[in-house]
Amino acid sequence: MTVVISVPSSLDDQTFEQVLEQLAPLPLDAKILIDARYTTWASPYGLTALLTLAQTREVKPLFQGPEKDETASYWSRANFFRYAEELFEMHGKVPGPRTGDSVALLEITPVSRSDDVHTVVERIQTKAAAIITNNLHLESRAVMGFAMTLSEACQNIVEHAGRGGWVAVQNYNYRKRMGRQVVQIAVCDAGVGIRQSLESGGRRPLSDRWDDGIAIEAALLGGTSRFLDHGRGQGFKGIKGYVTKWGGKIAVRSGTSRVAIVPEWDDDVVRRDRLAPMPGTQLLIMIPEKVDR
Amino acid sequence: MNTARHTIDVCAVLRSAVNQTYGNLLTRPTGMAVRHQIERELAAIREGGITSLDFSHIGMMDYSCADEVVAKLLVLLENDDPTRGGYVVFLGIGEDHLELVESVLKHHGLALVCMCEGSPQLIGAVSEAERRAWEMVRLRGRAAPAELADEFGFGEDFVAEVLDALSRRRLVRRTSGSYVALNSADTVQ
Repeated sequence: MTVVISVPSSLDDQTFEQVLEQLAPLPLDAKILIDARYTTWASPYGLTALLTLAQTREVKPLFQGPEKDETASYWSRANFFRYAEELFEMHGKVPGPRTGDSVALLEITPVSRSDDVHTVVERIQTKAAAIITNNLHLESRAVMGFAMTLSEACQNIVEHAGRGGWVAVQNYNYRKRMGRQVVQIAVCDAGVGIRQSLESGGRRPLSDRWDDGIAIEAALLGGTSRFLDHGRGQGFKGIKGYVTKWGGKIAVRSGTSRVAIVPEWDDDVVRRDRLAPMPGTQLLIMIPEKVDR
Repeated sequence: MNTARHTIDVCAVLRSAVNQTYGNLLTRPTGMAVRHQIERELAAIREGGITSLDFSHIGMMDYSCADEVVAKLLVLLENDDPTRGGYVVFLGIGEDHLELVESVLKHHGLALVCMCEGSPQLIGAVSEAERRAWEMVRLRGRAAPAELADEFGFGEDFVAEVLDALSRRRLVRRTSGSYVALNSADTVQ
């Protein structure tokens, strides 16, 4: 029997949880159909998380894409179908190869090696500089930090995940929360996750309490890395510093927990535990447009 | 011993070490490859010499790469035999890179001398006493502890201790009885 998993009409980091909740009771080898027919919008996080989800399944899932041409075309130009066709058994109408200009600052891009990180930063460098200064109205020095953030976020996949992942970057008007432009970076992998990564390096703290949430906090807030090298762990620290400096948001999901650094313009929850399980690590970064007060 | 200055163009090293055309110092493996090549070049020229590491043509930089190229190189130099010389001055670290490099240095408790707008600056983790002593030597070009004691407001022994610490960290050069700023082209006696 094939179980239908409905994708919400608007797919982002929050609503993706609904997808995972539907999957939670099912064994990994269950035959599933990811039904995105009625989805009309997806954030970079939503699209990369869908690909990541497919990687976690033991049986290739079926996938039915958005019915709305405009949405399907957008997903196509964001490179979603290019990789979805490898990971899903496609059903229904599948848009042809991407035509027209890219819709994203960085289309969905696989990351598995250090060279991929260089490619990602090079591809986005010029466009990001323009978006950050013209759309987000940040100072030009924010461009360097943006490249650093993207590089460090992608390196987490290469160094810790144990398998490849995905990155996508988009600039859009975040009407729902603040009616301002934002740049969103989504980096998702279906690897070992932060808790197992720290355990593999013997970096579990000497405490009775140890779960995904504590592991995320140790990495994100404490700069703990599985490596004993004192220089390690600065990547997350640097990302956190950059995001905080420019009034942005960062959320890290791994296993069954999610930890966020929440700016004043958002009302997200700082820490959530006992979520539906999802292998690997999923990172969301949002940098908002600067508005003079 | 003559302290001829050598310059290593970090961007040229980057292109040669990782065989790519970009000028971005990104990722740990890239940083490791660049540092290893710099180490080889330093080993060939370091006897008593001051080497300038020129970052002018570097584009983007991340923490992982800065940790490998800057911090680990300084740790290596600090742990090396001080009589071998081997002093490094950093050039072309722009405002964009400065914050990141300083953060990496502070993480390790390290410091470096950087030429900013033609004038040497001390960046990273240094005590107030070290910064003052370094500044005094910089202004004079060369100084002995006895010459600085009055202005410093502490005894000669204390000043000598601070200058020795700076010398061990390779932020000034120790010569016979005095300490020389790294911007100086003086000859080591």
